[in-house]
Amino acid sequence: MLKTFPKGGVHPNENKFSTGKPIERIDLPKQVYIPVAQHIGAPAEPIVVKGDMVKTGQLIAKSSGFVSANIHSSVSGKVVKIDKVSDSTGYKQTCIIIDVEGDEWIETIDRSETINDKIDNLTGEQIRNKIAESGIVGSGGATFPTHVKLSIPLGKTCEYLIINAVECEPYLTSDHQLMLEKAEEILIGCKLAQKVVGAKKILIGIENNKPDAISNMKTMAQKYKDIEVHALKVKYPQGAEKQLIKALTNREVPSGKLPIEVNCVVQNIGTTFAIYEAIQKNKPLFERVVSVTGKSISRPTNIMARIGTPINMLIEAVGGLPQDTGKIINGGPMMGKALNTVEVPVTKGTSGIVIIPEKYSTRPKSYNCIRCARCISVCPMGLEPYLLKNMSIVKMYEEMHKERALDCMECGSCSYTCPASIPLLDYIRLGKANINKILRSQKS
Amino acid sequence: MAINKLTVSMSPHDYGKNSVKKIMYGVVLAMVPALLVSVYFFGLDAIRVNLIAIASCLFFEWFFQKFFLKGNTTIADGSAIVTGMLLAFNVPSNLPWWIIVIGSLVAIGIAKMSFGGLGNNPFNPALVGRVFLLISFPVQMTTWPKVSVLNFTMTDAETGATPLALLKEGLNNGKSMTEIIDSIPTSYVDMFMGQMGGSLGEISALALIIGGLYMLFRKIITWHIPVAILGTVAIFTGILWGIDPTKYATPLFHIFTGGMLLGAIFMATDMVTSPMTHKGMIIYGIGIGVITVLIRVWGAYPEGMSFAILIMNAVVPLINNWTKPKRFGEIIKN
Repeated sequence: MLKTFPKGGVHPNENKFSTGKPIERIDLPKQVYIPVAQHIGAPAEPIVVKGDMVKTGQLIAKSSGFVSANIHSSVSGKVVKIDKVSDSTGYKQTCIIIDVEGDEWIETIDRSETINDKIDNLTGEQIRNKIAESGIVGSGGATFPTHVKLSIPLGKTCEYLIINAVECEPYLTSDHQLMLEKAEEILIGCKLAQKVVGAKKILIGIENNKPDAISNMKTMAQKYKDIEVHALKVKYPQGAEKQLIKALTNREVPSGKLPIEVNCVVQNIGTTFAIYEAIQKNKPLFERVVSVTGKSISRPTNIMARIGTPINMLIEAVGGLPQDTGKIINGGPMMGKALNTVEVPVTKGTSGIVIIPEKYSTRPKSYNCIRCARCISVCPMGLEPYLLKNMSIVKMYEEMHKERALDCMECGSCSYTCPASIPLLDYIRLGKANINKILRSQKS
Repeated sequence: MAINKLTVSMSPHDYGKNSVKKIMYGVVLAMVPALLVSVYFFGLDAIRVNLIAIASCLFFEWFFQKFFLKGNTTIADGSAIVTGMLLAFNVPSNLPWWIIVIGSLVAIGIAKMSFGGLGNNPFNPALVGRVFLLISFPVQMTTWPKVSVLNFTMTDAETGATPLALLKEGLNNGKSMTEIIDSIPTSYVDMFMGQMGGSLGEISALALIIGGLYMLFRKIITWHIPVAILGTVAIFTGILWGIDPTKYATPLFHIFTGGMLLGAIFMATDMVTSPMTHKGMIIYGIGIGVITVLIRVWGAYPEGMSFAILIMNAVVPLINNWTKPKRFGEIIKN
């Protein structure tokens, strides 16, 4: 029996068209747009001005608080403007716009191919500071600054470091490909993260639809006796932090609490690769693997893209935008955001670009709720989406809060499964926003 | 790169293949075996009753939707066909057409559309229609034609009572159980296959079970409600039978007669009017089982399934309130 989380979940069509496609590099863009807020927390403060010459890897915006992250230039060239540009959320955001000239990296980056597996000369504290300096944030999509996530609060201990290599979103294959190509580096990154949190064991969870990655990681992990690679049953949303912890350790993170409450810290597999590069190769986070894929795409693949590259360059690289395109998603189809333009830049949290043909891009017509209870049986958090929806419609936000609406992580399993095609999650989101508004007003 | 229109909507961007239509037509398909059995035993009358019921249900669905709710027509979703068939399954095959139409009017017009249409009705529409007819037209509703294999003549067939009615009558007349059982012409095998008097869709346990298994396979229903009902009835009547076999019928007799299986598999499992959680479904099923036996054994009516389901329908909102699913991360482990 493969491990998985016990309650809820769905199994959408996997559609992983870019599986096994080697990670490619594409030509550098002529201009990059680097947002100063690519992470959860305070936006970074630009430390360059118009006209400055920057090199690849140079710090261009500085973290402005504990929960914040540094931003580095992903190209070499000239800063032409610091301006508001709309990003993947559709809101205008401060971006540092750089005209690309050549590709000159800062000297401290080790660009050799050799794998550096010496990790004994650094203390956990030093590693964490270096991670913070390198601007690493969670690469799964939530983009929480990694050095904060690796800080264990006083009085807590970390028993398991859990590595999220589930990639439960349909279409996306960037983590999968990374595990095939960079397994050794990933494992060294895991060991580095382990040193920071002091975990006794590292558990790597991979869904069973990636057998080659599982066997590759298992072989590579043989030399570390405290790393375990686990194959997990394919079920969405297994990549959700709480569900993954439950699947691997059978521990349940209490409502509203963080994983450290059950002595676990979770890191994305892509993040551990970034940690390896930052510590062992002195390379800050300025590029990442992005799956560019879709049913209608002629050559779906995985691209190592510089942060700030406009998404249309990636789409051009896989054969251009098909005529019948109806929707472009930043991220996977279950939790990603639909874009209104292809001019937005790749950020640290961009795990994939999914192109959806027009035929599949609109929502099915919704009918009356027939109380079939499928939303309840698929909710991984044990909530009652139909009830939350009804409460949200009649603005019973306090009751909604009592029904634990804030536990909803917006995985979309309810909307996905609803036979009446009711946009349950939209109503729940609306209710959550109002609950948060009420909670904020109570605090102040 | 020219893009004219991009759809921008919130996640998720992928949808499952299930739909209300598929569920409703799945239920229709699951009722086909029982329909075939009814044609086999009651002849073309069974088809006549079904067609009238379905047609009038569709008509009333369209009529109320168009002139009262003023929404888009919903007759294509299949729910009116399900209601029509279930109503037909619950009446004798020799029922006059105008009574069937009145039943459909009550089922669709009063029990369903007056609450806002599909999904909003607290009571099972087909059962409301059936009970209305049972109370309004007791003679026509309890005059069952005798079964005759493949009789397509449509002449007025002989009529007879159902096994449960014979049981009730016998007990009221002070006969002993063995006398009553001897007077009932049907064996358990006949009951299982459907060769007994009764409403047209309730007679064959075999056909109903096949339909139920199909719905389980298609995940239209879960096992909880039917198993809870049948289990409760079996245990309750089993205890009574164990106390005094001369006064009480066997559990098997109760399960095979009086629309018990039709109710447990097709009527009580109606999504709209049954609880949302598995725990709730079991409570609901036990309630139906207990009330049915109470009515059958001590009540005035020989069968109690319809009343039991309707009574428990009324309790469903309360059950939903009591039985919340287990929230993730609710128990804080030390």
